[in-house]
Amino acid sequence: MSQMPQLSACPSCEWPLESGDRFCGACGYDLSAVPARPDDSPTIAMNGAPPGGPWPEVPHPPAEVHLPADLQGTESGEHALPPSGPVVGSPVSPVSGVRFDRSPEPDEYVLQAPDPRVAAGPPTPAEGTKVCVACRAGRVDDDGYCENCGHAQPRERDHMEQEAGPIAAVSDRGLRHHRNEDAFTLGTSVLPDGSPATFAVVCDGVSSATRPDDASLAASRAAADALLAALPQGTHPQQAMHEAIVSASRAVNSLAAEPATAREHQPHQNAPACTIVGSIVTPSLLVVGWVGDSRVYWVPTDRSSPPARLTEDDSWAAQMVAAGLMNEAEAYADERAHAITGWLGADAYELDPHTASFKPDRPGVVVVCTDGLWNYAEAADEMAEAVPADAAARPLHTARVLVGHALDGGGHDNVTVAVVPFPTPPQGAGSA
Amino acid sequence: MANFSKSNAPQFSMDVYQNEYLPEGGREVNAIVTVTSTGGGTIGSAVAAPHLWSAEQGPSAAVALMVDCSGSMDYPPTKMRNARDATAAAIDTLRDGVHFAVIGGTHVAKEVYPGNGRLAVADATTRDQAKQALRKLSAGGGTAIGTWLRLADRLLSSAEVAIRHGILLTDGRNEHESPEDLKASLDACAGRFTCDARGVGTDWEVKEVTGIASALLGTSDIVADPAGLAADFTQMMEAAMGKEVADVALRVWTPVGTTIKFVKQVAPTVEELTGRRTEAGPRAGDYPTGSWGDESRDYHVCVEVPVANIGQEMLAARVSLVVPQPDGSTQNLGAQGLVRAVWTDDMVASTSINPQVAHYTGQAELAQAIQQGLDLRKAGDIDGATAKLGRAVQLANNSGNADTAKLLSKVVDVVDATTGTVRLKAKVEEADEMTLETRSTKTVRVKK
Repeated sequence: MSQMPQLSACPSCEWPLESGDRFCGACGYDLSAVPARPDDSPTIAMNGAPPGGPWPEVPHPPAEVHLPADLQGTESGEHALPPSGPVVGSPVSPVSGVRFDRSPEPDEYVLQAPDPRVAAGPPTPAEGTKVCVACRAGRVDDDGYCENCGHAQPRERDHMEQEAGPIAAVSDRGLRHHRNEDAFTLGTSVLPDGSPATFAVVCDGVSSATRPDDASLAASRAAADALLAALPQGTHPQQAMHEAIVSASRAVNSLAAEPATAREHQPHQNAPACTIVGSIVTPSLLVVGWVGDSRVYWVPTDRSSPPARLTEDDSWAAQMVAAGLMNEAEAYADERAHAITGWLGADAYELDPHTASFKPDRPGVVVVCTDGLWNYAEAADEMAEAVPADAAARPLHTARVLVGHALDGGGHDNVTVAVVPFPTPPQGAGSA
Repeated sequence: MANFSKSNAPQFSMDVYQNEYLPEGGREVNAIVTVTSTGGGTIGSAVAAPHLWSAEQGPSAAVALMVDCSGSMDYPPTKMRNARDATAAAIDTLRDGVHFAVIGGTHVAKEVYPGNGRLAVADATTRDQAKQALRKLSAGGGTAIGTWLRLADRLLSSAEVAIRHGILLTDGRNEHESPEDLKASLDACAGRFTCDARGVGTDWEVKEVTGIASALLGTSDIVADPAGLAADFTQMMEAAMGKEVADVALRVWTPVGTTIKFVKQVAPTVEELTGRRTEAGPRAGDYPTGSWGDESRDYHVCVEVPVANIGQEMLAARVSLVVPQPDGSTQNLGAQGLVRAVWTDDMVASTSINPQVAHYTGQAELAQAIQQGLDLRKAGDIDGATAKLGRAVQLANNSGNADTAKLLSKVVDVVDATTGTVRLKAKVEEADEMTLETRSTKTVRVKK
C-alpha cells in the first residue's frame, strides 16, 4: 500500500510506533492494513499477539487465544467476517454497516431473581450479641462456633461484595463448600495521560492444595498492588497484566514456606495454589490475563452483537480440544475436564501467564469470574443471557444477579464475579 | 494448694489430629488429641539433678508405700528381702520435704513408718529411720488390698500437698476380702490419690493389679523376678517425684445433639475413660487423667454428630484441660483443641483416614486381641485363642510395636507375622503369659 497512515500507536495493542513502521513492534499488527479510521465506527480488532511479536519484557509472547471468527463483528477493514454459526435474519446496521448475527429480539431478558440473601443487604452480623445463625439459640464463641449447636458461623469471606467506582464484584461460598476459597480485588488507577483505568482480579483457590483460601487472597492482593504501581507509570496495560500475574505467583509461592496453622492438620500437605484472572479497561483497550480456568467474558450492551469468551482455560478439557483429541462436548463430559493444567503455586511446573489485548468497538461489560459461575453459563451466549441488560450501569446488581444464577444452578462451588463496564463510564455516573 | 503461677509449673499444649471431612450423611467424628506438658521438672531428675528439686522448689507431695507382707512373701524368702530392699531404694529416691509413709499389708493394713496416723517429712534422718523400720517387716497373714488403700488414703489426706501418690506391691491374690470390697475401696480412693501397682512373682491376679492401677490412674507392671524390684521401685518413685500437677481432667464439650461414643487414653497405654465422666456444666464432661510431669499422652475422642448438609461445618467437640478446685470452680490449664466436622462431596477427602486415628484404632484392637486371646486360651478354646493372638501378632508387627511383638512371640510360635499366622506354644512360662497380659495395653506412637 503506497499510502502509509501516520499512526502514533498500534491500532491493535496501542504500542507506540515510529514513523515508517510497517508492522507493530509488539504484536506484529500489519500497519499497512490500517485504513483511515472512520469517526463513527471504530474498528474491532480481536487480536492477541502472533508468535514472534514480543513485548520487550515479556518472556513468552501472549498466546493467541482465539480466532477472529470467535467474535463476530467486523475486521479492521470493515468487511463482515464469515459467521461461524447458522445465521438467522442478520440485519445490517444502517449506521455502521456492522452485521449482527442475532435475530432481532425484544430487549427483554428473563433475569434471575437476585439471591434473597443478597437482597437483604450486606450480611454483616449485628454487633454485640452474636447469636448463632443455625439454631438461633446459642451465643457464638471466640472461635466462631455456636456454644449450643456447634455450627460454624458465617465468616467474613463467605459472602463479599464490593463496588469501586464503576466496577463491582461479588463473591459467595456457594451451597456445597464449607468455606470461600475465592478472592477478588478491584481497583481504579489513572494512566499518565490522565485517562482512567479500571481493573478486576479474581482468584480461585485450588481445593486439593493446602490453605487455598490464603493462596487466592495473597494472589489477588499482590496482582492488584502490582497493577496499581505499574499503570500510572505508563507501563503498557498488557505488560502490566503480565507482571501482575508474575507478582501474584511469587506471593503464592512464598506461602508454601510458611508453616500451616496449628488448626490445619491436613491429611496431605502440599503447596498452596490458586488460579488467577484479571482484566484492565482503559479508554481504548481491554486487556485480559490469566492462569488456570477462571475466565473473562465479553458481553456487549447491544445484545444484537455477539458475546465472546476472551480466555482459554488451562484445563484438561481445553487441552484435549486444542490438541484435537476430543470435541468440546466429549472433553467437558469427562470427569477430568476440570483438572487444571496451569496454576499459581510453588508446585506449578512452569509459570506461563497468558495475556491478550482487545479493542472492543462498542460498549459492553467484561465479566471476570471463577468456574463457580461459568459452570452454569459455559457458552458466551449463555453468559450473555444471564447478564442483565443494564449491566454496564449497574455493575453491583449485575454481579449479584450472576452469583444468584450460580446458586440457583446448585452452587456447587465458590462463586466470584467481577463486572467491569467498557468503556469506563465517566465518574459520577456509576450504578443507579 | 499448689501455686500454679510458679515459674516451674508445666505448660500444657494440645494438638488435634483428625480428618474433619465427612461424606454426605456421615455422623462419626474421630480425633486423636495429643496433650503435652513441658517446662516443669523432668521425670527421673530427682536423683540425677537434685539441684532442680530443692525442698522449696518442687511441688509439695506425699507418697505412701504399700508393701505386701502376707505369708506367701516368704516363698521364696528372697522375695521379702527384695521387697524390703526395693522399698529402701524408693525411700532413697524421695526428695527432701516430701511427706511419706510405709504401710505393711496383710489381711489388715499396718503402719510401719512413721506410725500414729502421721506422715514423715523426708530428710536424711527420716529416710534412715524408715529403712530401719523396714527391717522389722516380716511375712505372715493374708491379703486384703482394700484395707491398704484406705489406710494410704487416710494418711495421704492428712497433709496439705499438691501431689498424692501411692506405690503398691503385692505377690498374691486378694483373697481375704471380696472383690466388691476392693471395688468399694477403689471407688472411695479414686480421684484422691494416684497409685502405681506392681505384682511380684507369678501368683497374683493380673486383672486385680491392672484394675487397681487403672482405677487410680497409675501404672501397672509385673516384676517376675524379685531381684528386679529395686530398680523398678526407684524408677517409679522418680516418676512420682516428677509429677507437678495433680487431678488434671480432660474436659470435653460437645454441642447439642451430639453423643460421645468414647474417650480413651491411647498412649502410652490404652485406658478406657468413657464411663468415668463427671458432668461439668452444660454439655461438658470431665475425664480424669491423674497427675502430670513432663510427659505427653494421646487421647482418642469419638463423637457422633447430627447429620448436616454438604458444605456445612460444625464444632464436634472442644477439648481442654482443667483442674477442678475444692471450692467447685475449675482452673483452666490453657490448652485447647477443636475437633471439627465438615461435610463435603469430595470423596477423596471424606474417605481418607487420619493416620493417627488409624494407628491408635489398631493399637486399641491389639490390646483387646491379646486380652481376648489369653482368656480364650485359659478357657481351652485353642482355635479362638490362635485367631485372636494371630491377629495381635499381625497388628503389633504392622504398627511397629516391637515390645508387644516380642512378648507375643513367647506365647505363640509366629509362622508369618504379616498375615498373622501363628501356632500356640505347647508350653508357656507363666511369667511370660502374665507379662504379656499386664503389658497388653502398652502402645507405641505413630511411626514418623
